[in-house]
Amino acid sequence: MAQRILDRLKETFGAKILETSSPSGDEVAVVARDDWPAVARFLRDDPVCAMDMFIDLTCADYPDRRERLEVWLRLYSIGHRHRVCLKTRVSAEDPKVPSLYDLWRGIDWFEREAFDLFGVVFAGHPDLRRILLYEGFEGHPLRKDYAAEKTQPLVGYREVPPTKVPPFGTAEGMPWSRR
Amino acid sequence: MGVEDRIRLPVRTEVLGGAEAAFATTRLDQLLGWARKYSLFMYPFATACCGMEFMAMSAPKYDLARFGAEAPRFSPRQSDLLWVVGTISQRQAPVLQRIYGQMCEPKWVIAFGTCASTGGFYDNYATVPGIDRIIPVDVFIPGCPPRPEQALDALMLLMKRIADGSARGEPILANGQVV
Amino acid sequence: MEDADIREEELELPAEPMTLNLGPSHPAMHGTIRIVAKLDGEVVVSADVQPGYLHRGFDKMAERGTWSQVFPYTDRLNYVSPILNNVGYALAVEKLLGITVPERNQYIRVVLGEFSRITDHLTNLGAVAMDVGAMTPLLWLLKAREWIWEILEEVTGARLTHSYVRIGGLAFDLTDTFRDRALALLPRIAEELDRSLDLLLENRIFIDRLKGVGVLPAAEAISYGVTGPMLRASGVDHDLRKTAPYLVYDRIDFDVPVGEVGDNWDRFMVRAEEVRQSSRIIRQALDQMPPAGSPIDVLDTRVILPPKEDVYATIEGTINHFKLVMEGIRVPAGEAYGYTEACNGELGFGVVSDGTGTPYRVRARGPCFANLAALGRMVVGMMIPDLIPTFGLVNMIAGECDR
Ligand code: SF4
Repeated sequence: MAQRILDRLKETFGAKILETSSPSGDEVAVVARDDWPAVARFLRDDPVCAMDMFIDLTCADYPDRRERLEVWLRLYSIGHRHRVCLKTRVSAEDPKVPSLYDLWRGIDWFEREAFDLFGVVFAGHPDLRRILLYEGFEGHPLRKDYAAEKTQPLVGYREVPPTKVPPFGTAEGMPWSRR
Repeated sequence: MGVEDRIRLPVRTEVLGGAEAAFATTRLDQLLGWARKYSLFMYPFATACCGMEFMAMSAPKYDLARFGAEAPRFSPRQSDLLWVVGTISQRQAPVLQRIYGQMCEPKWVIAFGTCASTGGFYDNYATVPGIDRIIPVDVFIPGCPPRPEQALDALMLLMKRIADGSARGEPILANGQVV
Repeated sequence: MEDADIREEELELPAEPMTLNLGPSHPAMHGTIRIVAKLDGEVVVSADVQPGYLHRGFDKMAERGTWSQVFPYTDRLNYVSPILNNVGYALAVEKLLGITVPERNQYIRVVLGEFSRITDHLTNLGAVAMDVGAMTPLLWLLKAREWIWEILEEVTGARLTHSYVRIGGLAFDLTDTFRDRALALLPRIAEELDRSLDLLLENRIFIDRLKGVGVLPAAEAISYGVTGPMLRASGVDHDLRKTAPYLVYDRIDFDVPVGEVGDNWDRFMVRAEEVRQSSRIIRQALDQMPPAGSPIDVLDTRVILPPKEDVYATIEGTINHFKLVMEGIRVPAGEAYGYTEACNGELGFGVVSDGTGTPYRVRARGPCFANLAALGRMVVGMMIPDLIPTFGLVNMIAGECDR
């Protein structure tokens, strides 16, 4: 349905659109991080796309890839009733992505969330604080190499009898998946 | 020995005897316990899904008011029963501890639901594995969420223990200090 | 002698901006959230809304178990209407698997989902009434909610956390008495709602507290990604059940209430009207539903557990059961984004599979998070007491907002 958005993007940006696909009927376009703001702005302002509604911004971690953090931006058009997902990829060493703070108001919190949970740094975001976790939390828990059970308590624990009984250990770590 | 002795003797022992003095204190405790049992002022610390069942418990069908424990006090300083209802995240932990510290003695704590009791199935970086790690708890209610009947049962158990003096809040040790 | 004449401005004392901290455990705020408001007198100058006090690591936990083991976690996202979350997640995974569930299943999902929506709206309406000082509607509406929970319990076995929907199926079929009980219940709910609204809607205090307060213009709502009743109250006719129909919503006739100005009053009325529309949907769905005995699970042994008789009697059944339980449903590698209209707006699940029985990534896009983001903007210039009902009508459900 929204294939014409992908066509329109390819028409306008040519080789800058690195990949397009339609997994399970949702149109996806991948761009390099430097083109991220330009393409996003085009999606919003172009009358054919007119993506006036911001839906979601989040991230996924693929530690096997060189550019392991994949940022997803989902947009919707109230007028045309179509949606698209725009992606960009960055490495963990240099996780900087230009912020889209000015384009949609809703972006603010979602960028903070992606920063909080994945450590993607949105350059240009005026107030990039943690939002779901607390100041002083180290690391980014949704990265695959953060052990799920690694807590960072803010208050000291009281001495209580151990609550975990075998076969559950205290730190099982986090299997990436069941290969 | 005449009539005089029969009357006097018990009175003298009760007031002057060493062991019997303790007896007098116990009776006062019992009286207080009996009085406290029917006038619990609660502070609902409702955070998550269990709060819905907590609402149901206070609502017409289950009617917490039957037990004289329905009056919520919206300041911890005026309440003596802390209901911890729902998941306590690491970020929430200092807040809970502080609220417990603000309550005046005597005080009691009920952990409502599996999450409050043990962390539930949120065994990860974000949650406290049971609030007994941070504050003393008198009664744990299992269930995810517990049915209101279960919670009322726990309340009656607590009332019984208050009346016979076996429920005792203890001073909390946070970071090795008495708060 | 001249009249001592003091000009209006001289009377106004200069007020230092004051910072007021609400929450994270504030009895007047349902849900755990902290709002740090800068005040000038009683007027909010700016507000820093801080969610996150109920962050429980949904995404991380979803990556630990099998695809089916995510259902209990979805129950606890929006814990006022768990079935809608179950359905949302199931639809997303089914989209990735490329399967469609049988018709009876779709109707059951619609019926129970709409009941869930009613519980959510009733709770919200009651809570808002309580926020502005009316206790009785809350008690009445909670009573009605209790009735719904009873029939949901009859079907699913749990009052609140149902975990009823399965990928490609349902845990069980409806009970025999469900239809009659549901049809008998709808008028009682309507009556209870009308009775509560009668108390409120002509009450001067209630009107004054809600009308014209917390206006959110349509363009801003769209830009914030606000969805659901809140967006519709701002005058945008957008309901995924209509614009992108899923399940069998396209065969059902219902209206989407839309507000005019986007103030608290509109939000309240939209929700109240949605309760009535949900009853309409339930009635029609119960009528159109294929009779009991029609299949409710897809016919695919890779997705659906074999019947218990087979598990105990045949070796194929045993192995199949073991594989599905221990290794999980093998979802082909790829990704999908499934979106449904939950009671607060667009509930999206972005799922990524690496071809194994465990989700690689499950992203829950809870509507509350975006809706709440708009709160910081809506409360500017508002009196502090109005902040509470405004917050109430955003209907932040912490489980879904903080995940
Ligand atoms: S015990 Fe269950 S219902 Fe209660 S807060 Fe925890 S997850 Fe929610």
